[in-house]
Amino acid sequence: MDENGLRGLIEQVRVKDISRKDFIRKMIGYGLTVPMASQLLMSSGIAQAQTASSYKPTKRGGGGPLKTLWWQGPTLLNPHFAVGTKDQEGSRIFYEPLAGWDNDGNLVPFLAAEIPSTTNGGLSRDGKSVIWKLKRNVLWHDGKPFTADDVVFTAAYAADPATSAVTIGSYKDIKVTKIDSHTVKVEFAKPTPYWADPLVGNLGMILPKHLFEAYKGAKSREAPNNLKPVGTGPYKFVDFKPGDMVRGVINNDYHEANRPYFDSIEMKGGGDAVSAARAVLQTGEFDYAWNLQVEDELLLRLEQGGKGRTNIVPGGNIEFIQLNMTDPWTEVDGERANSKTKHPILSDIAVRQALNMLVDRDGVQKFIYGRTGVATANFLNNPQRFVSKNTKFEFNIDKASALLEGAGWKKGSDGIRVKDGKRLKLVFQTSINGPRQKTQQIIKQAAQKAGIDMELKSVTGSVYFSSDPANPDTYTKFFCDVQMYTTTMPQPDPEKFMDQYCSWEFATKANKWQGRNNTRWSSPEYDATYTAAQSEMDPVKRAAMFIKMNELAVAGVCIIPVVYRPRTSGAVNNLVAPLSGWDNDLWLLKDWYRNT
Amino acid sequence: MFSYILRRILIAVPSLLGISFVLFSVLALAPGDPFGELVNNPNIPAEVAAALRAKFGLDDPLMVRYWNWLSAMVQGDWGFSFISRVDVETLIMQRLPITLLVIGSSQILALCIAIPVGVYAASKPYSLFDQVASTLAFIGFSLPTFFTGILLILFFSIQLDWLPFVYRADIAETGWRFYWEHLKQMIMPVTVLGLFQAGSWTRYVRSAVLDVIRLDYVTTARSKGLSEKVVITKHVLRNALIPVVTLVALQMPAIFGGAIVTEQIFRVPGIGSLIISSMLANDTPVIMAVTFVFSALVIACNLLADIVYGWLDPRISFA
Repeated sequence: MDENGLRGLIEQVRVKDISRKDFIRKMIGYGLTVPMASQLLMSSGIAQAQTASSYKPTKRGGGGPLKTLWWQGPTLLNPHFAVGTKDQEGSRIFYEPLAGWDNDGNLVPFLAAEIPSTTNGGLSRDGKSVIWKLKRNVLWHDGKPFTADDVVFTAAYAADPATSAVTIGSYKDIKVTKIDSHTVKVEFAKPTPYWADPLVGNLGMILPKHLFEAYKGAKSREAPNNLKPVGTGPYKFVDFKPGDMVRGVINNDYHEANRPYFDSIEMKGGGDAVSAARAVLQTGEFDYAWNLQVEDELLLRLEQGGKGRTNIVPGGNIEFIQLNMTDPWTEVDGERANSKTKHPILSDIAVRQALNMLVDRDGVQKFIYGRTGVATANFLNNPQRFVSKNTKFEFNIDKASALLEGAGWKKGSDGIRVKDGKRLKLVFQTSINGPRQKTQQIIKQAAQKAGIDMELKSVTGSVYFSSDPANPDTYTKFFCDVQMYTTTMPQPDPEKFMDQYCSWEFATKANKWQGRNNTRWSSPEYDATYTAAQSEMDPVKRAAMFIKMNELAVAGVCIIPVVYRPRTSGAVNNLVAPLSGWDNDLWLLKDWYRNT
Repeated sequence: MFSYILRRILIAVPSLLGISFVLFSVLALAPGDPFGELVNNPNIPAEVAAALRAKFGLDDPLMVRYWNWLSAMVQGDWGFSFISRVDVETLIMQRLPITLLVIGSSQILALCIAIPVGVYAASKPYSLFDQVASTLAFIGFSLPTFFTGILLILFFSIQLDWLPFVYRADIAETGWRFYWEHLKQMIMPVTVLGLFQAGSWTRYVRSAVLDVIRLDYVTTARSKGLSEKVVITKHVLRNALIPVVTLVALQMPAIFGGAIVTEQIFRVPGIGSLIISSMLANDTPVIMAVTFVFSALVIACNLLADIVYGWLDPRISFA
């Protein structure tokens, strides 16, 4: 089915010729998933059926305490200062955004009365403004009413450079104005297909104006409520010790009926991931553990105790290999890997294609990552509507050898291929991390068989992932031939994810290596598609553009995707905790309950 | 005596300055940066981290930063944490009571084991008791705490399910249950640390007592017909404990510094876990404050040990 056929069908749903259900059934026939089909409808302005909540309790409270374990405890409770997800999670107990992201990448209203769309008039057709209707009768924990003023204030607070909010990127170029006491308008400077970035999800938690007004700007650090949050969320603040403990107690005035279920919540920090997994899966001392970065083998063993289960939630993070397109070994204009240079070996696409066939992704998944890393040929793996179905991967040493042979790389006496006096020798770097070193070994062995000499290098994580301009071993500098790490896609829209292959994003000395394109690969077609996608308001066309970008980068073999990394967490068996790969773990805390 | 103390304090000033400078430069030279996590997040523009660095003065030259820190410190301003944006003294004061409680109890436990066992072993050298005590002491201080800690967790928490292995400073209970829960969660960390310390102290007490017990005045006391109990407690122990007191005094700063490894294993929210998480996050003001207070305590306790030593042993003069 092509774009036109799809449009015809969507139109039929709009004029109620066929029902939503029929449409979705038809789409499944074409190999689309339910969420993707439903997303197509929603993006085309057809109201989405609210995800039926499985929330069962029929009264508020009475659930006793909820004990959660965060092996890195939150260090501050102002969501706009959050250094990492741990801080966002701590804040999310108390604060709420206008809307959150569910696991299929759909919006779910929290403080908004409804999700803006073109049909309800919230979303303008030119993509330059959004009108949010706010929920009425919402109270802050101190009893003051929540109004449009709070939303306008939060945007202004975060946008002020003197506040030093980490969320400034989402607010600095927008204008938020109040229409009436419960309606706000967000205006963008240019057409913005990803309009649901500010005021939504982990970057959009709303602060109470009456408590933070005096602390906007340079005095932001002095606000007493940075440590004593007053929000609209399901639990009220009790006590906070940075890095150790956050405690909350039920909010009896919460704006949704029968919620929350638990009488109190506790978020304990510190320790390590393995013992956190033990405390939930094996002893049941805690109810929930965040981010279990533990080998799958061990998780499976702990689960056998029968007390808890591992939640595996798909998201957009991917462990992948980058191939350097520039020459990292010669200095040009005082800069290694200067974008004017060409890599002596990897500029030959045959070598890149051969390397692509030498990565045993299935083996890596099976023997190293298990459920926590799924072999993939794509760079963009989620949400489903952006995933290419045309790519595939293959592990074949013979084919790789033949390809190299054909390109003129002949085996020398030591078994290593040579062409024009250049030995086929590559240095492969990654951070020090058990699974990564094992993956490096697997690839090195396959490369050896195909006549490629691979030297392995591993750098301490704190150096490799630092932004220190003086250190040559950071991943953004990429002064090496091949490297591997995980890149994250925290939000369900790929625009800020796919910029990693745009030619204007080259990491260079001039931008202190803060550009996002480390491989320094470029393609005019890619650049053009990306620019077009930035202002394309038609969601179907835009999704097609991202699919194309993914295919261009994969076909150009500047990268070799290895496994995509779902998020893992642990919960005791009777805890019902709806999770999402596109928002915080606690995004739907109001709906958490215990099966009794 | 007074001039001696004054002299020592004056000597301490340049050493503290030197220590603080070395600490500061090592931290400045170490890789990493407190806003590294922001830099790796594609949703956060690079300028945000750059602006934060500029705001917190991280881009200034080393000497300027050191001078700013030192002049603030002298005025009693310890700065604020880059990560949690909370004043450093607030962070330390939140953690200190727990560290004092857990580490303090473990030191008391260690003393309660080391002194009787050491003295008894020395009074009957090479007896079966001595052999067993020495072997256990060797095992005690040879096994690292991260090993014994995990062993205890596996046995008491996972196999038997008797004790919790996550330490919670805030327990939502009242009355006797509050104390009971606290006691239960303290057992394992205190045992691990206490036994480790007791191992080395037992050896020390034993050899100190052995040194004294052979002296002529002890023989005199015995020949006077004093009972063995009186000889040991009144005559031997008093003199033997002089070096032990010094040793314990030198150990005092550790009570403040916490136990990094053990606190991490049992999730005890003490100073040790504060410093390790600050180090991982490159939170310089917190690391500086904790290490600086620690080094000041080491110097102070050294002085204290010397003074106590002179007071216990009149043969030593401070002239």
